[in-house]
Amino acid sequence: MKQLLLGNAAVARGLYEAGCRFVSSYPGTPSTEITEEAAKFNEIYAEWAPNEKVAMESAFGACLAGQRSFCGMKHVGLNVAADPLFTLSYTGVNAGLIIAVADDAGMHSSQNEQDSRHYARASKIPMLSPSDSAEALAMTKAAYEISEEFDTPVLLKMCTRVSHSQSLVETSPRQEFEKSYQKDGAKYIMMPGNAKKRHPVVEERTAKLKEFAEICPWNRLEAGKDSSLGIVTDSTCYQYVKEALGDTYPVLKIGMVWPLPDKKLRDFAATVKKVVVVEELDGFLEQYLHDLGIPAEGKSRFSPIGEFSQNTVAAAFGKEAPSGVKLDADIPPRPPVMCAGCPHRGLYYVLKKLKLTVLGDIGCYTLGAVPPLATLDTTICMGASVSGIHGFVKALGEGARKNTVAVIGDSTFMHSGMTGLVNIAYNDSKATVIILDNSITGMTGHQQNPTTGMNLKGDPAAAVDLEKLCRAIGIPSVRVVDPYDLTQVETAVKEELEKPCASVIISRRPCALLKYVKHPGPILVDSEKCRSCGACMKIGCPALSLRDKKITLDATLCTGCGVCTQLCKFGALGGDK
Amino acid sequence: MMKTKNIMIVGVGGQGSLLASKLLGKLLITKGYDVKVSEVHGMSQRGGSVVTYVRFGDKVYSPVIDKGEADAIISFELLEAARWTEFLKPGGRIICNTQKINPMPVITGAAEYPRGLEEKMRAAGIDLDAVDALSLAEQAGSAKATNLVLMGRLARLFDFTDAEWEKAIEDSVPPKFIDLNKKAFHLGKEA
Repeated sequence: MKQLLLGNAAVARGLYEAGCRFVSSYPGTPSTEITEEAAKFNEIYAEWAPNEKVAMESAFGACLAGQRSFCGMKHVGLNVAADPLFTLSYTGVNAGLIIAVADDAGMHSSQNEQDSRHYARASKIPMLSPSDSAEALAMTKAAYEISEEFDTPVLLKMCTRVSHSQSLVETSPRQEFEKSYQKDGAKYIMMPGNAKKRHPVVEERTAKLKEFAEICPWNRLEAGKDSSLGIVTDSTCYQYVKEALGDTYPVLKIGMVWPLPDKKLRDFAATVKKVVVVEELDGFLEQYLHDLGIPAEGKSRFSPIGEFSQNTVAAAFGKEAPSGVKLDADIPPRPPVMCAGCPHRGLYYVLKKLKLTVLGDIGCYTLGAVPPLATLDTTICMGASVSGIHGFVKALGEGARKNTVAVIGDSTFMHSGMTGLVNIAYNDSKATVIILDNSITGMTGHQQNPTTGMNLKGDPAAAVDLEKLCRAIGIPSVRVVDPYDLTQVETAVKEELEKPCASVIISRRPCALLKYVKHPGPILVDSEKCRSCGACMKIGCPALSLRDKKITLDATLCTGCGVCTQLCKFGALGGDK
Repeated sequence: MMKTKNIMIVGVGGQGSLLASKLLGKLLITKGYDVKVSEVHGMSQRGGSVVTYVRFGDKVYSPVIDKGEADAIISFELLEAARWTEFLKPGGRIICNTQKINPMPVITGAAEYPRGLEEKMRAAGIDLDAVDALSLAEQAGSAKATNLVLMGRLARLFDFTDAEWEKAIEDSVPPKFIDLNKKAFHLGKEA
């Protein structure tokens, strides 16, 4: 029977049907649900690794042992895992290995919009790119066949609109798969003598994969009425092309984006007067066509920035796109905000009050960058706050050190903050790092991590003791504060900045959205006592707003965290219940 | 061949529009349509402006709805309805919960919540169905059934039977909430 499945759930279904036994990933929008859905199948062992590099190496270990394996990540996660990626290209696999990478054109939830197709070319690893859930399921299964036949990991390139769209799929039963492990040092020990012999194998493999690309059903020709123009496209862009143009022009839909079928591309170009490439982000296919000597148009018609849609494609082909009524009103934006009761709010209020330079990181707490808190100075990538502060205070010296902190979440600290902290201790920058420990991976939707004491399947697990870890790294001063207590936080931050040594402050409160967290319930508000001073408006709590200059509370949102009550001098907030 | 129909569900992150799209998906599959539903996950969910696209027909390609394409926009909040009017097809309908939720720029005083939005939408020729869905949901037994009140309003636009809608409700909500949600659906449809 046909069912609606999210693209990510369809990949998980494909893993199940193909007999995958081992999944290791790090969460990252838009890739997260692949692993969450895979974990629902009892036949699949699934876990959250501390970061993508660990996940990929673990998945390789399982494939070496003879089990079909998988790891998934967002585009920037592949940067973290690039080290094993390039060498796994040389070793190849035993049982099949799939590496899913989900791009985020339009940056719905990311810090850049890099195009992961370049990784396939650079690492010489084949890449499949589905355009809907049915293809996501089918390509996942096909990827294992390709992986084992050609002895290579296979990249599965997702994107936000494929990962997070539901479309119809047909499911089939699971087929078990197992191989045995045999020692083979020449293949798996990549020291120079062996690697030099493997590189030619990789080049031969690419040549064979190019032949496969010519006959591979995923590179599909669709006829069109008007051959004055032919379209080469991939991924979700294929859907926009069909939506906007129907069967007007012939279309070569590329489902295997690396390596590419030279003959098929040349033959297609020969049947049309002009080739236009429709692809999001970089002109990856376009450049390849140019290298083949085919004069294709692409980025002269389409932007390398952001997401496309059917209207984008229609406009680029001179078709009139539909339009609607824009309302004659100033519609204020509604940016994402820290939730009511968020434990990060109190901490950020204090950092802003103390006018500190704050090096930020990746997570919900990046929202501390937006007004009215507007506390952050930087956000680069996972772990960059801790490494960044080291360089910053080394460069500017003692005066700056006393006015600078780094903030990083518990999961991000486990991912890649620890090594930066080692650098602070080892190379003695005396910096102050604040770990925002909300006992969960928040932004991606509540995934467990090595500090939470639970694993992906919800079973109890070993929990990293952050205090002991920081001390073991060599940080002399480690203390824990409750971010709901503004005085306690302020005292701790001031004292730690004054100390002539490196320090870690752990700001500890579980995420307010966690189901097990019991809240005291909404505070009492006496708007008669409000003097309109605006003090409570400085924390950007969505439960508080001014109506006719007097404070009002949205009791459906207020958790009773009490941060605002510490700011009101007139007793308008938080009277006795 | 049936032209693809487009329904947008818009609101504020955390208002729970996912149930509405899940229910619509179930209903539309049983009717034999090709269906695509595109959602937003991750950062923008945190109290930000969110949108879900539901498309159905004989063959659906794009998972997203573009400007001027929506047959109906279901909005959980007034300002969000006004934000997305450009996506409405001429002759399309906006079904809007009249609840107002201040966005952060309004909370901080950097912007004002615009006045007279309902009037402005009507003046622009928009077929606006404004409904206090929150009150009707509370009347049905829970503010969380706002979803189903709005689905009830949407049901007026399509000729699916009550039995088909009710089956989709049964397939989408936990057993103990089925009656409450059916009540909310009918309150919306018949109010």
